[in-house]
Amino acid sequence: MMAGAGGGNDFQWCFSQVKGAVDEDVAEADIISTVEFNYSGELLATGDKGGRVVIFQREQESKNRLLSRGEYNVYSTFQSHEPEFDYLKSLEIEEKINKIRWLPQQNAAHFLLSANDKTIKLWKISERDKRADGYNLKDEDGRLRDPFRITTLRVPVLMPMDLMVEASPRRIFANAHTYHINSISVNSDYETYLSADDLRINLWHLEITDRSFNIVDIKPANMEELTEVITAAECHPHQCNVFVYSSSKGTIRLCDMRAAALCDRHSKFFEEPEDPSSRSFFSEIISSISDVKFSHSGRYMMTRDYLSVKVWDLNMENRPVETYQVHEYLRSKLCSLYENDCIFDKFECCWNGSDSAIMTGSYNNFFRMFDRNTRRDITLEASRENSKPRAILKPRKVCTGGKRKKDEISVDSLDFNKKILHTAWHPKENVIAVAATNNLYIFQDKMN
Amino acid sequence: MSGEVEASTEEQQEMQDTVVSPEKAEEVKLKARYPHLGTRPGGSDLLRKRLQKGQQKYFDSGDYNMAKAKMKNKQLPTAAAEKTEITGDHIPTPQDLPQRKQSLVASKLAV
Repeated sequence: MMAGAGGGNDFQWCFSQVKGAVDEDVAEADIISTVEFNYSGELLATGDKGGRVVIFQREQESKNRLLSRGEYNVYSTFQSHEPEFDYLKSLEIEEKINKIRWLPQQNAAHFLLSANDKTIKLWKISERDKRADGYNLKDEDGRLRDPFRITTLRVPVLMPMDLMVEASPRRIFANAHTYHINSISVNSDYETYLSADDLRINLWHLEITDRSFNIVDIKPANMEELTEVITAAECHPHQCNVFVYSSSKGTIRLCDMRAAALCDRHSKFFEEPEDPSSRSFFSEIISSISDVKFSHSGRYMMTRDYLSVKVWDLNMENRPVETYQVHEYLRSKLCSLYENDCIFDKFECCWNGSDSAIMTGSYNNFFRMFDRNTRRDITLEASRENSKPRAILKPRKVCTGGKRKKDEISVDSLDFNKKILHTAWHPKENVIAVAATNNLYIFQDKMN
Repeated sequence: MSGEVEASTEEQQEMQDTVVSPEKAEEVKLKARYPHLGTRPGGSDLLRKRLQKGQQKYFDSGDYNMAKAKMKNKQLPTAAAEKTEITGDHIPTPQDLPQRKQSLVASKLAV
């Protein structure tokens, strides 16, 4: 799973593809804001700050390509959300796509949910490779024929045509969130999904757009008493009555929808005890959970806070079972990270298909992977410098003090504008997608 | 360090803390730069700022409607005249607000 220093059977990651513009001047709209594989891994969707969705499809594996797996090519792209202005509140509504979640495939078409701050849309992506020819009322150019001049009838015939991939919005779920949507999650019943904003979580039925159920509401009667907000939420992968949500105070609540209609009271409360003597001004801010993800097995969940990733056993509430340090060297830089707002960056995390490894991003276009079994970790970089086809990625190392070895980078040289917030792992294979600002990198394991 | 230096017990504790925790050292640095920083960092001020992520654009519907009522008898200014910069006297209208540039360009990932 992890790249080793030597050869042998050590696992190694290779560059596969990079998408996006090369130029230094990054347009705000091109910044990738979400990345998600579908259930089979055949499709990879990205959303950006400009409200656009781009879907890549993996090409069929041919016998000629022995040294690499199929590449991802553009399959469909569309404008999902537009910028809006709320005149009543005098507020701009950004078109930025916060999250994309795929629905499991049930027929030839593909469905996904995309959400900006206020509205969720269900998109249908379908293929058209035939067209009808020989209409009675229209001629070849599409002009209407005079019905009185038609003397014979014919049956239209289906003719093949160049593949066209169409995206159409099938449902628009709007006006249910006063605050900014941070998460959407499709339920295992394939009928409902939840959407979460800073203070509330709503449950929707995929067919019904004019109402949703509010299942969590943490808004205090007096906003002066506000102490924490919801930062992420997810449905359990198998139990359709269970979901979790994380908070800005570093806690996770598991709720059971069978227990009550309004799940303000949690069934389980996960919090790691803190040493009160080590508490500082930054403690609460860096404990804020930016992402929560169930393992595929449904037995564990993983949370990401500013400096670490924690794996929790759902059966144990009082502490995580595993803690991985992502970039502990930043602890001595918190003052400047607070000043430049980087301390509020929201990193995501993801599991591999077998739940044996986890991945998350860092700064300087570094991303980190942890093997849960061997406890080995690795730091890799998404950079166009290592972008020769099938080039093996070299492990990177940050020097925390003292003598800097060759090939190491010192903490002060890290580029904090190059942040990897969004990563995704193929559900079955060792293929990963890493979003580095406006570029999308695809890496895969080395095939021998 | 010379014993002549008079340090309060609080400063002594902070000095000890810098040895113990890099996080506390950073806190000291921050408080030195921003002495008026609130004592409850994770409290409602920070959270409320977070909740109001959207940019506040100047538009007051009350002012707008009052101005519209006043101008009812006068001729409404043509669209061309409104292209000048918005000054303090001018009541902005929804049309005046700088249009958000819409993404008519395709994503560069789709090239």
